[in-house]
Amino acid sequence: MKAFKAIAVAILKGFVRDKASVFFAIVFPLMFLVLFGGIFNNTESSPVETKSVGEVALIDGLPKDAKEAFDESFDVEQVDAADRDDAIAEVRKGDLDLVLEQDGDTLVAHYTQTDQVKAATIRGVLQAFVDGTNVAVTGQEPKFSLQAESVEDDSMQMIDFVTPGLLGWAIAMSAAFGAAATLNGWRTTKLLRRIQLSPVPTGVVVGARVVATMLIALVQTAIFLGLGTVAFGLNLTGSWWMSVPLVMCGTLCFLAVGLLSGAVAKTTEGAVNMANFLVLPMAFLSGSFFPLDSAPGWLQVISKAMPLRHLNDGMLDVMVRGEGPAAALVPMGILLVFAAVLTAIAAKLFRWDTV
Amino acid sequence: MGAVDVAELVMAYGDFRAVDGISFEVGEGEFFGILGPNGAGKTTTLELIEGLRKPASGSVRLLGEVPWPRNSGLLPRIGVQLQASAFFERLDAREQIHTFASMYGVSTARGDEWLERVGLTEKAGVAAEKLSGGQAQRLAIACALVHDPEVVFLDEPTAALDPQARRNLWDLLSGLNDDGRTVILTTHYMDEAEVLCDRVAIMDHGKILKLGSPAELIRGLDAPVRITIADAQLSVAEAGRIAGVDDASEEAAGLVLTTRRPADVLTALAGGDQLDGLQVKAATLEDVFLDVTGREYRA
Ligand SMILES: Nc1ncnc2c1ncn2[C@@H]1O[C@H](COP(=O)(O)OP(=O)(O)OP(=O)(O)O)[C@@H](O)[C@H]1O
Ligand SMILES: [Mg+2]
Repeated sequence: MKAFKAIAVAILKGFVRDKASVFFAIVFPLMFLVLFGGIFNNTESSPVETKSVGEVALIDGLPKDAKEAFDESFDVEQVDAADRDDAIAEVRKGDLDLVLEQDGDTLVAHYTQTDQVKAATIRGVLQAFVDGTNVAVTGQEPKFSLQAESVEDDSMQMIDFVTPGLLGWAIAMSAAFGAAATLNGWRTTKLLRRIQLSPVPTGVVVGARVVATMLIALVQTAIFLGLGTVAFGLNLTGSWWMSVPLVMCGTLCFLAVGLLSGAVAKTTEGAVNMANFLVLPMAFLSGSFFPLDSAPGWLQVISKAMPLRHLNDGMLDVMVRGEGPAAALVPMGILLVFAAVLTAIAAKLFRWDTV
Repeated sequence: MGAVDVAELVMAYGDFRAVDGISFEVGEGEFFGILGPNGAGKTTTLELIEGLRKPASGSVRLLGEVPWPRNSGLLPRIGVQLQASAFFERLDAREQIHTFASMYGVSTARGDEWLERVGLTEKAGVAAEKLSGGQAQRLAIACALVHDPEVVFLDEPTAALDPQARRNLWDLLSGLNDDGRTVILTTHYMDEAEVLCDRVAIMDHGKILKLGSPAELIRGLDAPVRITIADAQLSVAEAGRIAGVDDASEEAAGLVLTTRRPADVLTALAGGDQLDGLQVKAATLEDVFLDVTGREYRA
């Protein structure tokens, strides 16, 4: 027990004092969180910059509340008919979003497809105003109405989607690198030999490494969730605490990935590169950086074969999608199976010595 | 029963026999040296005795037990300093020895005592990576001894140290077997083996060439003693006539007399008051090595 604690503490001190590993385990993923959470989280889109050619009767004649809504989304400047072509050229160059003119009963909108999201918004919103005006002109109450309800919690935002994935990536990275670097570093400096010549059983050494990595993972989780909640308005749902056992299972799985890299590679750099080579593409394929919902089917299949995908999915479910605690169980099982298989392979390939 | 008993030990890397049929015993409390040039097989021999490697043939007994495969009953009784300083990354000297103390289940206070004994108390807060070569060796030795082992293995503890640091370390090393501990040390340095070891095995190409106490080995060599005195006290011819002088010659350092009866020759020189600039150089282990291998010893 004394030996266990001493080795775990030695590993933790070694980690905390290594600026590079702290950076890659905590600061680097947090930078992504700040990027996605802080900057892209800004959902209020800027108003559509618009020039209207002369008077646009349809817009001007909107009822008061509709006109206000229109002014919120469109920033209109009126120009003379003579300037029409110049204005359209501006749109083409991207200096302007929209040129509106009314040709009899037809509202003509000149816009660019370069920004597809904005283009769709412009078309949709204008269509809605035209439809609304048509209904109003007939003087009848509309028969049908639409009530839009997102299946997620009303307040679900960008930060809620990205936090679980980025956390998964951070945990995968530090567990895999930690294990790979320790194994190879200790082998190169002969510390592994030296420990082998002490009465400490191998299981205790491995256990100390596992516990140290889990503690690091818990700190990562705490920082991510804490910062996300406090600074970026992350909304944790009911059974978010299930992310703790999930993170434990993920750590075990990626320790095994690192162990495998460490066992295969000859040098410390080789092991770290190998871990990187495994984890980074996996992070992309597992939706750590962007959701894979619109990815082609074959990519989805590959994605499902990645342990990180299951870690990310499980965390999304319990942390922000509001699923019950049971939603984490299957991902946890999958992660443990991966951990067991990879550890078994690593153990087969493991050598005490560099040669 | 000795502390170590090695018989007909062979160990090969592929076809290459790094240890090629060696046999020796080390008694309890003995300071035993394995001396030889690079690649002689010293480290491999230690690793075989420690139980890190499997012998191809032959047998090893350490404290009466078989060390390979990993014999966990034996491990608390031995201490090891490896050729490369094996430390935990980014821990300072005190944290290193405390970690090792805990690994052996002894109190960290013992770690502090050993730090003091090897003269590193002042450097206790310095990261192991930042210690000088000699300080790192001292720390590694302290870590090997923190649990007070019965047998301690030191693989080139003075490698890469300057002569001054080497001699400082000798003071520490020579006391290690005072309380009955067995010490097995490898070295490149003849003078080191002569000073520290009760017995030495001279090793080359995986074989033991000579085994015995340094004095015994040198005596067995029957090499002449070289006596040098300042010029102009004596002519070469006069020197040649002194009883016991085998050969006399003028060299850059002065007049050199070779003899197998140094006591008689020195008495004669003293009688003639001809001892100015006296230097006496007896045979050393270096000469033993030259004698058995036919080549100059280069570490
Ligand atoms: N793992 C290995 N694989 C192949 N050959 C090896 C290995 N380890 C050592 N050797 C070879 O075995 C021989 C003996 O090596 P060993 O390390 O025992 O020498 P040594 O006497 O300790 O040398 P040094 O004084 O340089 O430490 C050398 O020729 C070395 O090249
Ligand atoms: Mg060696």
